[in-house]
Amino acid sequence: MLSQKSSFSTRIRWALSGRTSTGERGMSLGSQLLSQLFLLLVAAVVFYPILWIVSLSLDPRNVSRPTSLRLNPAQGGVSFQAYADVIKRPTPNPVSLGQLMWNSLRLATLTGIASVMVGVFAAYAFSRLEFRGRQVLMVAVLTVLMLPSIATLPALFVLLNKVQIHFGGGLFNLRNSLVGVGVAVLSGLLPFAIWNMKGYLDTIPKELEQAALIDGCTPISAFFRVTLPLSTPVLAVTFFLGFMSTWTEFAISWLFLTNPKDFTLMMALYNMVGQYSDNTPWSHFAAMAIIIALPVTIVYLLVQRYFVGGLAVGGVKG
Amino acid sequence: MATLTKDVPSEAKREVRKKPFWRGLSPYVYLLPAFVVMGVITYYPMIYEAWMSFTDYGLKNLRVNSPAPNFVGLTNYIKILTNDLGLSYYNFWHILGFNLFWTFSNVIIHVALGIFIAIILNQKGLWFRGIYRAIYILPIVLPQIIIANIFRNMFDPDYGAINQGLAAIGKIFLGLSPAIFHIRWIDQVDYPISWLPLTLSYFALLICNVWLGWPFMTIVASGALQSIPGDLYEAATIDGASAIQQVWRITLPLLRPAMIPAAVYGLVITFNLFSLVYFLSAGGPLRQTEILVTQAYRLVNEQRLYGVAAAFCVYIFIILLAMTLLTNAVSRATESYDA
Repeated sequence: MLSQKSSFSTRIRWALSGRTSTGERGMSLGSQLLSQLFLLLVAAVVFYPILWIVSLSLDPRNVSRPTSLRLNPAQGGVSFQAYADVIKRPTPNPVSLGQLMWNSLRLATLTGIASVMVGVFAAYAFSRLEFRGRQVLMVAVLTVLMLPSIATLPALFVLLNKVQIHFGGGLFNLRNSLVGVGVAVLSGLLPFAIWNMKGYLDTIPKELEQAALIDGCTPISAFFRVTLPLSTPVLAVTFFLGFMSTWTEFAISWLFLTNPKDFTLMMALYNMVGQYSDNTPWSHFAAMAIIIALPVTIVYLLVQRYFVGGLAVGGVKG
Repeated sequence: MATLTKDVPSEAKREVRKKPFWRGLSPYVYLLPAFVVMGVITYYPMIYEAWMSFTDYGLKNLRVNSPAPNFVGLTNYIKILTNDLGLSYYNFWHILGFNLFWTFSNVIIHVALGIFIAIILNQKGLWFRGIYRAIYILPIVLPQIIIANIFRNMFDPDYGAINQGLAAIGKIFLGLSPAIFHIRWIDQVDYPISWLPLTLSYFALLICNVWLGWPFMTIVASGALQSIPGDLYEAATIDGASAIQQVWRITLPLLRPAMIPAAVYGLVITFNLFSLVYFLSAGGPLRQTEILVTQAYRLVNEQRLYGVAAAFCVYIFIILLAMTLLTNAVSRATESYDA
């Protein structure tokens, strides 16, 4: 048996002779180098857009349009001017970045929480309980899960638009409000939340709950005291996936909202790209894209190992 | 929540006396919150949408106290299929055909590339495996819609990083003039390959979506690779099988059970990939890269033809249902392979 701690030169010798530290036959040096070259190339492709956008946002020239390729963010100095500009006034609309962020944050947090709180009981029933109509109701949930959220948008737009309340000279239109957007988002989020949580609850042994029942728990308190605490990870993951999809939600808010004070981050970003972007410096666009992406990306990186590969990843429809 | 917890003591007491009643009722109590909410905000709108699809619901019917829309029978359904919506370059069959081609071409490339990279990454004794794994997770954790926006600017003919990168590579390795890399990715109407009816914007979308999609397939394939017993390969080596033969005869067949559900999942996601198409190519040029969901969104957001849009969404529902049943049947038929 080879020792766990081996010197650098020993490791090099193993690698050159094509052996791993456990002594089994590994790769030949030739295929090792070829693989390294290929994997480095893939890594470069993965990094290319990321380096480009980060460099653009930090470019000290605060470029309107980049005329030359710049992939090293530190090349020629670093400036946070683009971030400062975007924080002050992201779009020509009279709305600050703080307001946009607050709108997106409220929307994403509340719909995420609502999808978990409303969905967890149904997920539990589907996972654990036998009852008439179980199959039919599960198909009913799966049918909605299969549909893209845009497929119910015409009806949601028309129906939410019918809810108009007059008050002291003002008019509240549910469609033209963040509440209405939240309702429409939740409509697509809830089936996903139910299904995601059901999948996890299926993996918690039933015996734990049965033991609680034998010890004198009622079914309801067995649920609240045994199953629910054990499913905390999936509650958190489901909330996060819902939060993330709503944080970057665009189609519904763009269709529903007309008051700049209700606008979300993604709506502002859309105003900075493509056909609407003629006057937006790309450094501003880059800074805005990073401001939106960074928080959710960091959280996703921290939690991804709990669920990537389990098919739940990105399962929220967009 | 509040009413539920308040009811607990009395219900629980009753359960001791009359067990069958509580046992029978309780599943529905659990289901109540979700189905009340979904009934109001999901199922009722779906039924309403089915009704809307038979009317000429439009901007005029939107105001409160406006007259009810007229019943028009199957007119919307027929107009959609016969391309009679008064939209320039609108062709339902092109959209449907492109949508299907888009979906399958993407998923085939994702799966093939994903498996290939997973096999390279899982070779015994590979250096820096952990570092590569950490890098390759990035396309999954970055918000897809932001990536679509970034690629939109990267594909810009003058200032985009794609053309600038190609020009730099062409100049260094081949000595080519940067001028030939002024590629109009998004708005060139002519087909780059004259006999293939696909615009450059399709390839731009494909590049972006392959960038986004392969790591997921690599992760699924890596998980499956690690569960293949090593003695299979040892036996094959003893029997004189080459490395290539081992991949074809052992690795790929044993990856199949894991890859098929992942591919089916990829098909559904790619089929409805609104954000990428809407942001990157906007369906252009001349609606050549429009897919069903982006067209449906345009009917609501731009044309404001709510009745027509509803009928269009009913078509989407039917197509997706057929696709789901078909892929389920196919994946079930191949499920038991070498079990």
